[in-house]
Amino acid sequence: MRRLAVTLSLLLFSIVLIAQNASKKTLPNITVKTITGESFNTADIENDGNPIIVSFWALWCHPCIKELTTIADVYEDWQEDTGVKLYAISIDDARSTAKVGPLANGKGWEYEILLDPNGDFKRAMNVNQIPHTFVLDGNKNIVWQHTSFAEGAELDLIEIVEKVKKGEDISKH
Amino acid sequence: MNHFLQKITAIVFLIAAFSFSGLAQQSGKYGQVSGSFQFDAQMYQPDSQLGITDSIINGQTARMNAFGNIIYRLGNFSAGIRYEAYLPPMAGYDSRLEGQGFANRWARYKTGIVDVTIGNFYEQFGTGMIFRAYEEWTLGYDNSVDGARVILTPLKGLTIKGIWGTQRYFWDKYEKNDRGIIRGGDFDFFLNDLLPFMTENKTKITLGGGMLSRYQADMDPIYKLPENVASWSGRMNLSYGSFFWLTEYAHKINDPNAINNFIYKDGQALYSSMSYSQKGFGASLSMKWIDNMGFKSDRAVTGQSLDINFLPPLAKTHSYSLSAMYPYATQPNGEAAIQATINYHLPKKSKLGGKYGMGIEFNFARTQSIKKTLSSDAKEIGESGTLGYEADFLSIGDDLYFQDIGIEIDKKINRHFRMILSADMINYNMDVIENHPGEPIVDAFVWVTDLSYRFKRKHSIRWEMSQLLTKQDQGNWLATTIEYNFAPTWFFAVMDQYNYVNKDGIISSTNSAGELYEKTIEKLHYPTISAGYTKGTTRVSLSYGRQREGILCVGGVCRVVPKSNGFKITLTSSF
Repeated sequence: MRRLAVTLSLLLFSIVLIAQNASKKTLPNITVKTITGESFNTADIENDGNPIIVSFWALWCHPCIKELTTIADVYEDWQEDTGVKLYAISIDDARSTAKVGPLANGKGWEYEILLDPNGDFKRAMNVNQIPHTFVLDGNKNIVWQHTSFAEGAELDLIEIVEKVKKGEDISKH
Repeated sequence: MNHFLQKITAIVFLIAAFSFSGLAQQSGKYGQVSGSFQFDAQMYQPDSQLGITDSIINGQTARMNAFGNIIYRLGNFSAGIRYEAYLPPMAGYDSRLEGQGFANRWARYKTGIVDVTIGNFYEQFGTGMIFRAYEEWTLGYDNSVDGARVILTPLKGLTIKGIWGTQRYFWDKYEKNDRGIIRGGDFDFFLNDLLPFMTENKTKITLGGGMLSRYQADMDPIYKLPENVASWSGRMNLSYGSFFWLTEYAHKINDPNAINNFIYKDGQALYSSMSYSQKGFGASLSMKWIDNMGFKSDRAVTGQSLDINFLPPLAKTHSYSLSAMYPYATQPNGEAAIQATINYHLPKKSKLGGKYGMGIEFNFARTQSIKKTLSSDAKEIGESGTLGYEADFLSIGDDLYFQDIGIEIDKKINRHFRMILSADMINYNMDVIENHPGEPIVDAFVWVTDLSYRFKRKHSIRWEMSQLLTKQDQGNWLATTIEYNFAPTWFFAVMDQYNYVNKDGIISSTNSAGELYEKTIEKLHYPTISAGYTKGTTRVSLSYGRQREGILCVGGVCRVVPKSNGFKITLTSSF
């Protein structure tokens, strides 16, 4: 009897895994804020069938700001080549949400900036450490994700976005 | 169960399983599973120079904090569980965390109009001055509410929230009268959606308000305590183009508690911030005034647990280690604060900006006491069982709690080099912030140079050098880090922080009574080596060496990190 129970639970576990691999993950439906204080539903993150980058960051996170600043230098080219759009989700709390807009604009970032001051979106996306970056395909399925940033990592990111745009396999990344 | 039945069950189960996985492959009909986990462990070793002996370690040479999260989502429905283990908790975390189990479980149903959660949830009303439940793993902080939450959106532009429950207190399950029950409601009106004539208006206004009440039985033998303590707040967000202004006022009725020394005075707070930005330029200005706003689920508790509200400190959160040596923490019993930030990006190809432009950030933050005068019934300010004191709304006292004036420059020099320079002048009232009576105000100057050199497409070296100069506390520090990165997978780093104090190693200061006292501080190095590997969302990092005593703050809540020596591992992943 015990053996049967073990077999069945193993089986159940593998089914969950199969279901897991087969079903593509999408964005959860969470309310965040824009930098002008309006509510925004994360299910409305949109880019007309082009790839999307969703990047979690905060004012106190130097590697995050480095990542977004590095991408900002080449963002125009990226957009021209792939039509990609970057959503930068700040997880700063109430103490510094007023500083997010000025910093992003002050640095000349052209991203869509959203605020997640109580970490609701962060938790729903299972983000433990930042920077944490997601790539979504044209159908808004999450196809790739990565934590941490070091110089040169943006080259990998754009390679993935290009492949996603062309519908190529990115399983090796 | 006989053998035959077993077989039948297995076969039925197998058929069901196959059809299930087949369906799942088609469309994700059976939902999505996602999750994450983290494992932190540290091995401790004695270090006579740090004063860590075998008897302090007391046989607990290895300590571990870990969690695992699973979230299941199917259409409008989602549910999750969170397992945590602290066996025993790492040094510096609250010892009451010791243990393991399911810290968190919840189920949620959300449509466009109704959003219901039962079990544990996190939530915030406005800026959080009357209510904020959140968690911060790096601090071992979690004040989640166990109960029910309903969020209604009956009309576009109108959001109504209601919450009811008890807060997490380490592993203690709620039992009758062992802490308070909280319940509250909050609403948000986005006028531009609700009022037809505002739809096209460039001025956008959101009005909001909330109320939160705590019930806790009065079992005090001396005082008659209010069993229901209510707090409320009103707020407004206004934006016009790229100008944004947010203001919130909060009030709390009398709530004698361990933070305010059991006085019967009401509490109040005002927070206001505005910002303006355009491409290449941004500025923000915030101010805050609070008086007697400490609010917990249990009036007898102090420290970092059972907080109902969140009072944001107005100071920059530094991320370089020496700049972060003296972080500010909000004083709930009263403070007046102001903060200003300016960001400017010198355009590309300008004289100073060079080929790539240059970013400049200027930051100013100052916090002072509020003016308190004796109330008619009290013999001294803050006397228990009285009104305690009187404070005029927005009054500013004479004591400086904290000040930080800083500048940071970020410049890409060429294709290979990027440089960040920062300098900060910090004044830190140790007496008040760390509750060390008699300690002088620490005046510190910190500079940081952070240079990245990319020598191949994905290979880079980062060199960080910083110095902290002060005549108080532990004297001067010099720190350096060299880090090698192979993006996006590997990193190696060597770091040393040297507390060289000053020439003779003696710190002298005069206390308020005019007496001079001296202390000798041993000059000490804190070397560390570390390495890390990242693949996708999985990251492993290892470090070995000494860790200096310090205060780690995330989002305004701080934890004391004790000095230690040893080996540390962090493993984190999500899927």
